[in-house]
Amino acid sequence: MALEKHETGVHVISYKVLMMVWLTLMILTGLTVWVSRQDLGVGHILGSLAIAVAKGGLVIAFFMHMSFEGRLLRWLLFVALLTLAVFIGFTFFDLAYR
Amino acid sequence: MIQRDENRYAGAKLGIWLFLFTEILLFGGLFLLYAAYLSQYPHEFASAGHEMQLAFGFANTLVLITSSMLAAMSLTAVQLREQRKALIMLGATIFCAIIFLVNKYFEWSSEINSGFYPNSPRLATGPMGEALYFSLYYLTTGLHGLHVLIGIVLLTLVSVKVSHGTIHAGNYVLLENSALYWHLVDLIWIFIFPLYYLVL
Amino acid sequence: MQHCDDLAHQKLSFWNDTGKTGISAWVFSTDHKRIGLLYLYSVLSFFLVAVTIGLLLKIELIAPGRTIMGPVTYNALFTVHGVLMIFLFIIPGFPGAFGNLVMPIQIGASDVAFPRLNLFSWWLYLIGAVTIIFSLFTGGGPPDTGWTFYVPFSVKTGTNVSLAVFGVFIVGFSSILTGINFVTTIHRLRADGMQWGRLPLFVWSVYATAWVQILATPVLGITLLLIVAERLLGTGLFDPARGGDPILYQHLFWIYSHPAVYIMILPGMGVISEIFPVFARKPIFGYKMIAFSSLAIAGAGSLVWAHHMFTSGMSDTAILVFSFLTFVVAIPSAIKVFNWVATLYKGSISLEAPMLFALSFILLFSIGGLTGLLQGAAATNIHVHDTQFVVGHFHYVIFGGAGFAFFSAMHYWLPKFYGRTYAEKPAVVAWGLLFVGFNITYFPMILLGLKGMPRRYYDYLPEFTHLNQLSTFGSWILATGLALMLVNLSRGLLKGEPIGRNPWGGATLEWTTQSPPVTENFEQEPVVTHGPYDFNGAGVP
Repeated sequence: MALEKHETGVHVISYKVLMMVWLTLMILTGLTVWVSRQDLGVGHILGSLAIAVAKGGLVIAFFMHMSFEGRLLRWLLFVALLTLAVFIGFTFFDLAYR
Repeated sequence: MIQRDENRYAGAKLGIWLFLFTEILLFGGLFLLYAAYLSQYPHEFASAGHEMQLAFGFANTLVLITSSMLAAMSLTAVQLREQRKALIMLGATIFCAIIFLVNKYFEWSSEINSGFYPNSPRLATGPMGEALYFSLYYLTTGLHGLHVLIGIVLLTLVSVKVSHGTIHAGNYVLLENSALYWHLVDLIWIFIFPLYYLVL
Repeated sequence: MQHCDDLAHQKLSFWNDTGKTGISAWVFSTDHKRIGLLYLYSVLSFFLVAVTIGLLLKIELIAPGRTIMGPVTYNALFTVHGVLMIFLFIIPGFPGAFGNLVMPIQIGASDVAFPRLNLFSWWLYLIGAVTIIFSLFTGGGPPDTGWTFYVPFSVKTGTNVSLAVFGVFIVGFSSILTGINFVTTIHRLRADGMQWGRLPLFVWSVYATAWVQILATPVLGITLLLIVAERLLGTGLFDPARGGDPILYQHLFWIYSHPAVYIMILPGMGVISEIFPVFARKPIFGYKMIAFSSLAIAGAGSLVWAHHMFTSGMSDTAILVFSFLTFVVAIPSAIKVFNWVATLYKGSISLEAPMLFALSFILLFSIGGLTGLLQGAAATNIHVHDTQFVVGHFHYVIFGGAGFAFFSAMHYWLPKFYGRTYAEKPAVVAWGLLFVGFNITYFPMILLGLKGMPRRYYDYLPEFTHLNQLSTFGSWILATGLALMLVNLSRGLLKGEPIGRNPWGGATLEWTTQSPPVTENFEQEPVVTHGPYDFNGAGVP
């Protein structure tokens, strides 16, 4: 209970922080396009996905206010993403060894 | 009573996040298929991916990220009791969303004109994996586009409520939740963009 | 005597305290109890239709060859039987009916977190159900794919699969919203003093179920949409002729549909965990382990989907991994069974109808579980795959398990919500008929499967005749028991003896309210000071 009570405080994210996040996202978008033009082989997928994860993390943390939420929501988000990873990953027990 | 309102606010927040999880898992099924077929047909996926027009995807990424920021700003504005600013931000968000769809329309038209659509003669005679790539592409971006459309309706509704003052600094959970939904639409696109336009 | 006093001072209940009693006061009500009853009536209606179809299927199998229907009708009927039973009865049944009726009261809340969303869920369920029913009589006729809608047949068949599948999609959306509502309710609306360690075990099981509803159902949603897309647009995603992989369909389908069996069984396990301590007059043994095992079953159960696919042509590595994980799920299930049995040990057991159903749950569920192990092991799985053995196993788990738990819950909780109770003797007779009829119906299927009789055929070889006749005969006993039970329940609940607050002597919160409860559930907001099975703390002798 104690843990859940904390989450209800109001938090305002300033325009400036939002602008900074936006700028970072823009730079990362440019970066991911640039990376895709390099000759990296499999590195393409890993590099692009890493950048996408970073961008997604920024959106979740700031635009979606997750960095100000309590532990409960973060845990639940983690569980949901883990579930998705398991669904995709475990399917490869089949696909990768067929 | 304050306690109860606060509880209701936190409940609504938890509820919308749970809903967003279901959205993630819904798209997850399509990402699963993408992963599966990419591993099976890496070369066909690559050659199909080269048919994509990066400019469309790139522009839409910028538009959607911007709209996401504007939605976040409209929440800040409401919290700071800047109603007019909030309305402008929301209007701009909706404007971006419409741009996104218009852009998507042109992109799809151009691809369909080049003979890329599910069950098209060009794909039916081409290598197997390419048809799968385009089927997945249309399903994923189509489902995403549907979400953009729902987002436009939702944000319009919220704008009306903000202008009427029913959403204000004391009660903005509907705005916050609609914005969260909109960020999710952005989030999904952040993954669609590299997977379909870049990595191949 | 206190009991009579109670009745005299009774306030008007949720049935009439708002003064609104017409049909629109029900179908537009946001009261979780009214919505729960709406679900109960709707799921039972579909249950009865599906039972009737099941009886027809059994009559067809009374003798080899064509008896009352040909292969096409048989295919359509077993599909409709499965779709109705699974998507319209047992998946929405527990969360929708008893989750709604009981869970909010058990945590001391006056309603669920989103009452209007709750009503919307029921409407979605109804719209989905009507869509499914509509699909039977329009287009190319009722789907004949089996409830699993496997490709490539579901894409190729001319029957009305698209509409049926879309109906299931809508029902799935309803299930998701219920899950979201319940998780939020349990996190947010617990009464003062209702710590996680004091949650009744039924609430724990509903909580675990709700997570499965939230995280697995969307995968079914997208899978069903893919079938529709495949049929309407020709996307070719599962068509081997165009490079697609039909086995991927099976993965996506079972990623939902295996966890979905936990949507069916987990709340049933929660019911058993409520009933044993009350009727053994003993605190539950191993509260924490039972609560934890609900979450463990939901978690581990989400990792084992491909054990439905051992003969599909998937990789040997996958068979090995998923077979191993399947055995892991047996651990939390066994933890529950052992703790229940330990609860009974040295208890002073009172054998009333809810308890009889609960006790037979243990036996039937164990048979279902043990036959499940046989299928979890890859080698024996191949022998029994797609035989009557699977049908027998599944009915032991879902009918003998979830179904009997559902009946148990009906006898245990419904008097609370009607304020009147049924006659005990017919209830016990009905239970006896159900139990005996159940075993005569389904045990022969297990034997038939071992002998090699395949499932989903309207015909069979002559050497299978005797066991099939026995099974059909059993289905009539089963149906008699069911009829007696439902008649007895409806008569008792409408006209039977009034009951007091706590007819069974339970220690959970629903027994502190009047029967039937008022709209807000409690006359004053409860403050919880003891655990759910602390009979001394609750002052129940």
